[in-house]
Amino acid sequence: MRSKVVLRRLFRNKQARYGTVALILLILLAYIGPYIGPYDWTDKDFLAFMSAPDGDHWWGTGAIGQDMYAVTLRGMQKSIIIGLLVALIATGLAAVVGAFAGYFGGWVDKVLMWGVDLLLVLPSFLIIAIISPRLKGGTWLWFVVLLAAFTWMITSRVVRSMTLSLREREYVLAAVYMGIPRWKIIFRHVVPNLSSLLIIDATLNVSGAIIGEAALSFFGFGIQPPDVSLGTLIAEGSRNATGYPWLFAFPAGLLVLLVLSINLIGDGLRDALDPGSNS
Amino acid sequence: MSILEVTDLTVTFPGGIQAVRGVSYEVERGEVLGIVGESGSGKSVTSLAIMGLLPRNAVVSGSVKLHGRELLGMDEDELIKVRGKAISMIFQDPLSAFTPVYTIGDQVAEAVRVHQKMAKDKAAKRAVELLDLVGIPNPHLRAKAFPHEFSGGMRQRAMIAMAIANDPDLLICDEPTTALDVTIQAQVLEVLKTAQQETGAGIVMITHDLGVIAGMADRVLVMYAGRPVEQGSVDDIYYRPRMPYTMGLLASIPRVDGEEGPLVPIEGNPPSPSALPPGCPFAPRCPMKVDMCDDEEPPLTPFAGGRQVACIRSHEIEHKGLTGADVFPVPVIPPSDVVRVPRAERSTVLQLDGMIRHYPLMKGAVFKRRVGTVYAVDGISFDVAEGETLALVGESGCGKTTTLQQIMQLEPPQGGRVVVLGKDSAKLDKDARKALRRDLQIVFQDPMAALDPRMPVSDIIAEPLRAHGRKDVRARVAELLELVGLSPEHAERYPQQFSGGQRQRIGIARALALEPKLLVLDEPVSALDVSIQAGVINLLEELKNTLGLSYLFVAHDLAVVRHLADRVAVMYLGRIAEIGTVENVYDHPAHPYTQALLSAIPLPDPEMERTRKRILLEGDLPSPADPPSGCRFRTRCPKFAQLSEADRRICVDEEPSVARLANAVDHGAACHYAEEIEVITASDDQEEK
Ligand SMILES: Nc1ncnc2c1ncn2[C@@H]1O[C@H](COP(=O)(O)OP(=O)(O)OP(=O)(O)O)[C@@H](O)[C@H]1O
Ligand code: SF4
Ligand code: SF4
Ligand SMILES: [Mg+2]
Repeated sequence: MRSKVVLRRLFRNKQARYGTVALILLILLAYIGPYIGPYDWTDKDFLAFMSAPDGDHWWGTGAIGQDMYAVTLRGMQKSIIIGLLVALIATGLAAVVGAFAGYFGGWVDKVLMWGVDLLLVLPSFLIIAIISPRLKGGTWLWFVVLLAAFTWMITSRVVRSMTLSLREREYVLAAVYMGIPRWKIIFRHVVPNLSSLLIIDATLNVSGAIIGEAALSFFGFGIQPPDVSLGTLIAEGSRNATGYPWLFAFPAGLLVLLVLSINLIGDGLRDALDPGSNS
Repeated sequence: MSILEVTDLTVTFPGGIQAVRGVSYEVERGEVLGIVGESGSGKSVTSLAIMGLLPRNAVVSGSVKLHGRELLGMDEDELIKVRGKAISMIFQDPLSAFTPVYTIGDQVAEAVRVHQKMAKDKAAKRAVELLDLVGIPNPHLRAKAFPHEFSGGMRQRAMIAMAIANDPDLLICDEPTTALDVTIQAQVLEVLKTAQQETGAGIVMITHDLGVIAGMADRVLVMYAGRPVEQGSVDDIYYRPRMPYTMGLLASIPRVDGEEGPLVPIEGNPPSPSALPPGCPFAPRCPMKVDMCDDEEPPLTPFAGGRQVACIRSHEIEHKGLTGADVFPVPVIPPSDVVRVPRAERSTVLQLDGMIRHYPLMKGAVFKRRVGTVYAVDGISFDVAEGETLALVGESGCGKTTTLQQIMQLEPPQGGRVVVLGKDSAKLDKDARKALRRDLQIVFQDPMAALDPRMPVSDIIAEPLRAHGRKDVRARVAELLELVGLSPEHAERYPQQFSGGQRQRIGIARALALEPKLLVLDEPVSALDVSIQAGVINLLEELKNTLGLSYLFVAHDLAVVRHLADRVAVMYLGRIAEIGTVENVYDHPAHPYTQALLSAIPLPDPEMERTRKRILLEGDLPSPADPPSGCRFRTRCPKFAQLSEADRRICVDEEPSVARLANAVDHGAACHYAEEIEVITASDDQEEK
């Protein structure tokens, strides 16, 4: 019933509606598009290097004859998955750490918040840049973990401060007086009541992670060849952006569309879940 | 001639919410019109519409005439001249009415200068005069204080000072004392009366407290579902109500002068303003309803004696002389078996011995340092016997909730002992504590805040069962819902889908899930409307008798306490001032504080209110971080003020402890000069006994 109200409010919001439609189209493109195109992303057409878009290679070809349509969609799939995983891990971690710190207080709080502060002052980009090439040969999931590890801190502080006020709520006290263990109270009464915040945060984290991935991959610290992501494609394409614009334009355009549509949904969700926070 | 004339006022909010549907009334010079009604009946919206303070999306129609001048549709500039000059309003929450960054004196002076051409220093002088008039001590000094430095009662007085700054013709007071303690409420009402005499203004007094109206009003307007349903002189309304809703309302309030027997609740809930029943809006809850009531809404028609009633059966009520108790079904509450055993032979379920709870008082944002101690609870002792209800009463900040929390935590107290069902809380290990929680449960004040909004009711009630390893939860949940008078079919709904009274019943069901022996109730009915409150009180009484429970019960409403409790402990600043059976404490209070407290309660009885003499207390509750030496009450004690210098010594030097009074079995007071007197005349009902 509440979720229905929220959905109704979400779709009454024009921007959120556009965002949702755009995102659905983009996801369909990423996952169904490859079946429609004539080439596979690993295929190489040795008769067409760096050819402009035409009827055969819809989005042109790259330096070694890859079909840009297939490769870009493949890259987009990876970017979407990375975005989702990072957001899931980061928001989950933020919820757990923040809720435990806020609920238990005392030294638990001190230790956890000290960790948060430490991670916040560390130059995350630099650290990922240093570590990630060393993980070469390992799976790209390590990269996801690294990205997530530097995304959750701010949210966990927000979660902590909201937990501080939830802790004094009567239904939480009631649970304590019933003799329910404290970790259970956190997962049953505290975290679910932060769900609005967490949903919004997770949504915005997806776009943040996609951009983060692209930025790191651009400099060669992220996804490693032969795997592709929007970031690596943009990096390659940007080298020849003036002479062969299609190499750059398609991945970059998709990245912008993807991030924009997710952010529109995120903003719409914020208004729908939390009508008080006016924008 | 009347000052204010409201005719057929209606207010509609977007979404078809008809908040006010045809309100008409007049207020004359020097007259007090009381408006009563349940929450959501449109009392506040009516007065906001008169002041022109409604949000823009509200559609207002009808007419509001001040001295014959139409206010509705008047342009904003002119309205501003009227507002604050001819009409002033006093709100429930005085803090929001003051700007935090200016001193109180400046703000009152500002109010003067907005409407009168006056030099700054003269306005400041007038502000001090006004503050003096409303009884603020040392007005010269206090005028320089900021709003947050004032206590709630003082702020409300400053607000009154501001409201009367320009000699308004009409004062609209919306729940002016609801947020205040009774002794402070008595002071503020007294100030309002003075202010009225001073200015000769008419007053519109909005409140849900029928006692306050009985003491203040000349005429009363009863509202239900956005419409007036009865209007008449205060005596007519209180002694001869002719509309079933008014009758029910009056029959549902517990009385501090001790009428016994179950209260008469009005079943059901007020209708939602966007889905009104076709005929009489009260029909779904009315025991006198006949088929004709559904045909059309009965208009407010003149009735004998200058009053108006909106009920098709009002003449029949008049003719037969019916009262609320005749019309509404009086519930039957089975008697308790336990009370037949003398108290001394019953086992003790809860015992507190000199319990102490102090909080450190911290200062500084970055480097916190301890600057003092808040003596929240400072050595209190009492015990609760099996099958008994002990009520803890006192003003806000006297340590009631702290006491309850300390008991519920089952941790060793900072000082003294807490013994629950024979087990000392200081000697419990983890498992024993959890086991003891089965027998000790709590019901909270705010039924909304006490239920997790994201859980369906079945899960909420099942939670304690699951926590203690019960498996057969479904059947038990249904049984519990039935026990508290809710339908088991509603188990899958969420708390938001229930009304306040129903939510409180869910809270009670949850507390009863583990079949506790002792139930702690923290203001269980104070958030509910009177007609709903009666049902919950009856339920509590019934449960206690049928399940053999014991209650520890915190309340600030002394009438509810009188009705529900067997014994009562009066707290003042973290100490017990007086304790004993309800009859002893209410009929022969011995501590000056109890006497003042009892005399401050407004009685829903106009006749009695007029003849009553109040013991008014001076000043506010001292800070619990810095209690006075010796007797904590001495700064406000009327008796202390009358004592000679020599007699006062002992009050200043020595803290009195609770001593049993000579001629009573169960009655003690913590006063060096305890002396029983009668402050509330017993009602007829009581005298007969
Ligand atoms: N700004 C608003 N928009 C929509 N509905 C409103 C608005 N203000 C009030 N209402 C509705 O109007 C009805 C009457 O409200 P009102 O505040 O007058 O009640 P009341 O009698 O003062 O109650 P209480 O005793 O709780 O103060 C309620 O149903 C309320 O929900
Ligand atoms: S009109 Fe009918 S339903 Fe309404 S109050 Fe009178 S008797 Fe009851
Ligand atoms: S001890 Fe003295 S000051 Fe305290 S209540 Fe009694 S008379 Fe008043
Ligand atoms: Mg109101």
